[in-house]
Amino acid sequence: MTDPGAASWYEASARARLDGLLDAGTFREFIGPEQRRMSPHLPLFDLPRAFDDGMIVGAGRLDGQAVLVAAQEGRFMGGAFGEVHGAKLVGLLRAALARKPAAVLILFDTGGVRLQEANAGETAIAEVMRAIAQVRAAGVPVIGLIGGRAGCYGGGGLIAGTCSRLAVSEGGRISVSGPEVIETNKGAEEFDSRDRALVWRTMGGKHRRLTGGADAFVDDTVAAFRAAALRLIGTAPAFDLATLEAEQARLETRIARFGDCRDGTEIWARLGANDPAAIPAMTTAEFDALLTQLGETTHDAR
Amino acid sequence: MTLAEILASLFPDGHAVSVADGLVSGDGPFGTGRLAVIGIDANTPLGVEGAARLSRHVLDVLRRGGGTPILVAIDSDSQRMSRRDELLGLNEYLAHLAKALLLADASGHPTVGLVYGHTAAGAFIATALATRVLVGLPGAHPSVMDLPSVARVTKLPLERLEAMAKDTPVFAPGLDNMVQTGAVQAVLDPGQPLGPQITALIDAMPESDTRDALGRSRAGRPVAQEIAAQVVRDASLA
Repeated sequence: MTDPGAASWYEASARARLDGLLDAGTFREFIGPEQRRMSPHLPLFDLPRAFDDGMIVGAGRLDGQAVLVAAQEGRFMGGAFGEVHGAKLVGLLRAALARKPAAVLILFDTGGVRLQEANAGETAIAEVMRAIAQVRAAGVPVIGLIGGRAGCYGGGGLIAGTCSRLAVSEGGRISVSGPEVIETNKGAEEFDSRDRALVWRTMGGKHRRLTGGADAFVDDTVAAFRAAALRLIGTAPAFDLATLEAEQARLETRIARFGDCRDGTEIWARLGANDPAAIPAMTTAEFDALLTQLGETTHDAR
Repeated sequence: MTLAEILASLFPDGHAVSVADGLVSGDGPFGTGRLAVIGIDANTPLGVEGAARLSRHVLDVLRRGGGTPILVAIDSDSQRMSRRDELLGLNEYLAHLAKALLLADASGHPTVGLVYGHTAAGAFIATALATRVLVGLPGAHPSVMDLPSVARVTKLPLERLEAMAKDTPVFAPGLDNMVQTGAVQAVLDPGQPLGPQITALIDAMPESDTRDALGRSRAGRPVAQEIAAQVVRDASLA
């Protein structure tokens, strides 16, 4: 048998990610697929359903610490938020308020709201963000892990921005409007969604890490995400006025500093990278060395 | 109702709320104190600059303290869809605005959302949906995505979607559908002064998030409450 930790996060299913992320044999699922709590709405659209509605929630241990976990399955409906899918995450966060685990881990893999259940999905996202604010205010870190096939788009991007800390891999993309959405609405001259390099420079893991949109850049392995989650739990910022004032300053500074940049490479050059064009091809070790050299890329303003 | 009509109804003795670049901010006398107002007017899309300006206003209210309630009045487009906004990390700006509203509410500044025109997608989540209680005015039309776009993504004929929208509140745009899913608590009466209606909402604010319970009782979101409650129950036994 191969080491589950060495498996690619990007290629793995949501269940395989959880298996490798948590201490072996500790995961206990809530409302498992055997209960067949499927979407009540997809049959209207003649669409197939999943027994878990693409969201797996439960409890487990991470290096011995009790954690609550949620994992989206990007291969079902693009990991999108429907009624059941969203309600499972809402319930998990409400449980965290009562149980006070060492952390809540959210394994994002989502295109955003499931349009066939758009109003339920949108409302669930608002409920999730409110619940995350409460969980964080109660002192429980909420850590987002982003490196799945579907990325972290739409309302998923807003939820990610509400988390205490985020780890992202090369394949992770975080944004609100996805490339296809921008292209459909504004034309290919605004965003050519087939230009994968442009997508990565605009919303990819390295760009987000360099500009403060994520706190850790990790290799695309389950073991690397596990190590990052452990590290980030210990450094979660408080959810209070001081943190949000610091975030306000951080975000205003970003507009002042980079608001006229047209491409990620221009921003990276302004950050002090000597050879910005080389960054997309850097290994994680080379990228970490660059982060150290640039300094000031970590913050508690989230 | 227009924004000017809303403000005139809320503040019959005058106010200090202004609009610049489609962004609304200011306050006016309300009861024995003030009511702070932020918002988006004239179907304006919400980009990084706008979100940062609105969150600054919210944090200013929070820093001043005193429990001043905050009204979030919305007639917006969706989030601004551009390469530049995403390059600059729009998700962080929108999440930050929502967090500022959530923190204000948790810190004793009751937050009330008021949708009086359009709103959609990320702009909706970052503003009106981040308040403790959200209401609408007749004629408001919140949506996640318009039906022609839904047709494009789902590859279903528009005519079929329009027919389905008539009796399926869970996906169709519109105020009534957001009321049925529980996201919008009530629709205000534009024929009556808005001030007392807002005061009544603040006085009767639910302690916890009741949107899924509303969605169940109104049949627009039949299973969400039960699913969330079962997760809480299972977790307490694990």
